Amino acid sequence: MAQTIKGQTGEWEIVIGMEVHAQVLSESKLFSGASTTFGKAPNHNVALVDAALPGMLPVLNEECVRQAVRSGLGIKAEINLYSVFDRKNYFYADLPQGYQISQLYHPIVGEGELTIDMEDGESRVIGIERIHLEQDAGKSIHDQDPHRSFIDLNRTGVALMEIVSKPDLRGGDEASAYMTKLRSILRYLGTCDGNMEQGSMRADVNVSVRPVGSTELGTRTETKNVNSVRFIRQTVEYEARRQVEVLESGGTVVQETRLYDPAKGETRSMRSKEEAHDYRYFPDPDLLPLQLDQAFVDAIASDIPELPDEKRARFEAEYGLSTYDAGVLVAEKETGDFFEAVAKGRDAKLAANWVMGELFGALNKAGVELANSPVSADALGGLIEAIASDTISGRTAKDVFATMFETGKSADTIIDEQGLKQISDEGSIEAALDEIIAANPAQVEKAKENPKLKGWFVGQVMKATGGQANPGVVNKLINQKLG
Amino acid sequence: MSITRETVEQAARLARLTVAEEDKDRLAGELSAILGFVEQLDAINTDDVEPLTSVVGATARMRKDAVNAGDYPERVLANAPDRVTDFYAVPKVVE
Repeated sequence: MAQTIKGQTGEWEIVIGMEVHAQVLSESKLFSGASTTFGKAPNHNVALVDAALPGMLPVLNEECVRQAVRSGLGIKAEINLYSVFDRKNYFYADLPQGYQISQLYHPIVGEGELTIDMEDGESRVIGIERIHLEQDAGKSIHDQDPHRSFIDLNRTGVALMEIVSKPDLRGGDEASAYMTKLRSILRYLGTCDGNMEQGSMRADVNVSVRPVGSTELGTRTETKNVNSVRFIRQTVEYEARRQVEVLESGGTVVQETRLYDPAKGETRSMRSKEEAHDYRYFPDPDLLPLQLDQAFVDAIASDIPELPDEKRARFEAEYGLSTYDAGVLVAEKETGDFFEAVAKGRDAKLAANWVMGELFGALNKAGVELANSPVSADALGGLIEAIASDTISGRTAKDVFATMFETGKSADTIIDEQGLKQISDEGSIEAALDEIIAANPAQVEKAKENPKLKGWFVGQVMKATGGQANPGVVNKLINQKLG
Repeated sequence: MSITRETVEQAARLARLTVAEEDKDRLAGELSAILGFVEQLDAINTDDVEPLTSVVGATARMRKDAVNAGDYPERVLANAPDRVTDFYAVPKVVE
């Protein structure tokens, strides 16, 4: 369900379009041979081209082109075999060229789409307008010196994909679901690492509101560089409410650029320049048009991995998982792979429950990534086999898992070392029970009158067998003898 | 198309150029004349004609994705008017 805002004068619909900047995974920059590695000492990942020294010419990185095409195919988009690089002219201290090389008129990827999955199980298809390649800017540091700004050009010229959605999103939950899904797809494709804390993915969020039923778009604001899924949702919700208040009190929404302040949870106007930006785009004379042949695109297409939507459908069909469970497991490629390694040849539902329940819980609590899990997929598989074969009870399994997580030992080793093997053999359980019955005639009489007291015998048998008796068998025998 | 004095000021501002007051009218005249000269091309019908980007039909050559530049901050910063460690230092861009 689309979110609406109930105002004083009626109900308002929220309309959102997003421009997501995703850093392309490549070894070197879009037009230079400098490294893209994050966190290097200032101005070390800078080629003379990136510093825009006179006479330097850009040469296009083939892998960045391939990554853009791959991303386009991942959102079922039209690939434009002919595309052109343009100059977007503006001055800023961390943009030594005085222009950003981008693609305004002929982007490399045309219209595509992406399906967002909402928490209530509903899905919606969101249109994507285009993806173009462009250069990232450098970094300015303003707080180290009272009179000077420090400039680091390490990020200057790293390839970005700008992924532009259509104004199809209708609420904060949809906007955040869109970002989540886009990130997931790009990570599956290996075209962007999706690391939002490091700025590898950030969104410009365009928000406007209109009365429900209206088909005209309202005036929008653009909130720049929102760098987390949660902040995107908050940006939309704050901004839409603000605009409704402005309109209902008789004002007009100003088309402007705004900033999201995570500390206050609000957006605010960036000091507006006196004149509107005039970027004076024109085709970059240093770069010839890019002409791809269909074989180049086909080779990439033949290599596209299974994407989250397909994987989820397969998990439902192949492992009998619910849509929800399958959705959780495929959100991250690593999680899906881990689950499949655990489930292979084993009880898939049990595997899903253990991966999403105990394992995720323990990882979360310990603040450890799945990649560094002390319990490997094989090891968790071993535990599931022990449960499935009745070697240990589900109850004991949780303790075994905790020890596995702590020590990294296998389930079998822990079961052996601690003597946890479950006793299912009726003979030995019966012998233990008979002894307890013989030693406690008074309890036997009471239990016969009040069946609730049978629990006492279960406890005694468990104690006598060191907690290893199969509880099902114990209950069955007690019911036979005291029933 | 005629270029006004205001357009000259706007273009100069966008290009971060200082233009002396007394030059503005002259520049407006010169730029108008240049545009007028180029506008002769409007007489030609270019419907269905693709833009010509190269007379030899060349398209972009691409390079392999390999790191073969960088790691030379001294070369990059050699002409910097001011620096602090390996940062360029510039007049403060924000207050």
